[in-house]
Amino acid sequence: MAQAMSHSSAQSAARAAPHDETHQQHPIKLYLVVWGWLFVLSLFSYLVDYFHVQGILRWSLICLFMTLKAGLIVAIFMHMAWERLTLIYAILIPPAVLMVFIVIMATESEYTHWLRELFFRTGT
Amino acid sequence: MAETAVANTGQPQKLLPGMEGFVADWSSDQRAFKKVSWGKAMMWIFLLSDTFIFSCFLISYMTVRMSTTVPWPNPSKVFALHIGGQEVPLILIAIMTFVLISSSGTMAMAVNYGYRRDRKKTAILMLATAAFGATFVGMQAFEWTKLISEGVRPWENPWGAAQFGSAFFMITGFHGTHVTIGVIFLLIIAHKVWRGDFDTGRAGFMTRRKGRYENVEIMGLYWHFVDLVWVFIFAFFYLW
Repeated sequence: MAQAMSHSSAQSAARAAPHDETHQQHPIKLYLVVWGWLFVLSLFSYLVDYFHVQGILRWSLICLFMTLKAGLIVAIFMHMAWERLTLIYAILIPPAVLMVFIVIMATESEYTHWLRELFFRTGT
Repeated sequence: MAETAVANTGQPQKLLPGMEGFVADWSSDQRAFKKVSWGKAMMWIFLLSDTFIFSCFLISYMTVRMSTTVPWPNPSKVFALHIGGQEVPLILIAIMTFVLISSSGTMAMAVNYGYRRDRKKTAILMLATAAFGATFVGMQAFEWTKLISEGVRPWENPWGAAQFGSAFFMITGFHGTHVTIGVIFLLIIAHKVWRGDFDTGRAGFMTRRKGRYENVEIMGLYWHFVDLVWVFIFAFFYLW
């Protein structure tokens, strides 16, 4: 019986991990700590709005908290920190191209805005 | 069968770390993503494509907001609620953010218990995640109802630039759809875990293939992504 049990558990272990795949096994405490940090960072970004922080400080704080939160979620919750560099680059490099897209569209909308100010503001 | 599986992975020699490993993996033929199952790799690639969809929405929002000559409605005021006779700015959105983050926390722990073969805890944590997700969607429905009753439409609103409505409904609607699909996905996987499908090797109802506890992690990737997208929506649409 014990042998049968160990046999079946060995089988299920083989089923769980074919092809030498590594599974993520970390202490629960890690997730609780990250969870706590996400709460604190969200609270901070809410307080930025609550206390009406304005100007460059507002944008930089919002972006800072956003980046930290996104980093924690991807690295710890989605286990990216423990993946091989191959997967990390395949997933994280392509979105970097979006920066170029953002610059292009920002330039374009500045231009549109300028045209609208120039030609459609006369009546108001 | 086992031998072919080993042969298919094409990794007889030991794997190199770091940059050398990066080049070796990509040039190794057969299979670039070592130590990652196809299910997980494909979920990541799906999420990458989803990233581009949400980015297109957020970038078009940026474009209309930057190019309009009409002042943009102040989200801090638009999404304020009256609580006890006081106007609390953005409070509903803040609560929604905390609810979604909590759901991400329970999901991460569900994945962990899944690999420990703790069926009961995994299923309960997944159900908690689904409950948080459903709460989020419910609050979003409340928010939509409130804004629609105040006269926000995709083509107009009482406070300023008309594009506010179209950007709002498009972005939050698409995100809410993702959360809803995630809740359904969660309930299905939680049911499978509860029934012990991943221990007994019962065939899945759609693929007719045996599932593994890794399915919980793949489900988790999707759920964390939904939370991740909300981080950006919260920063760019609600706080900016």
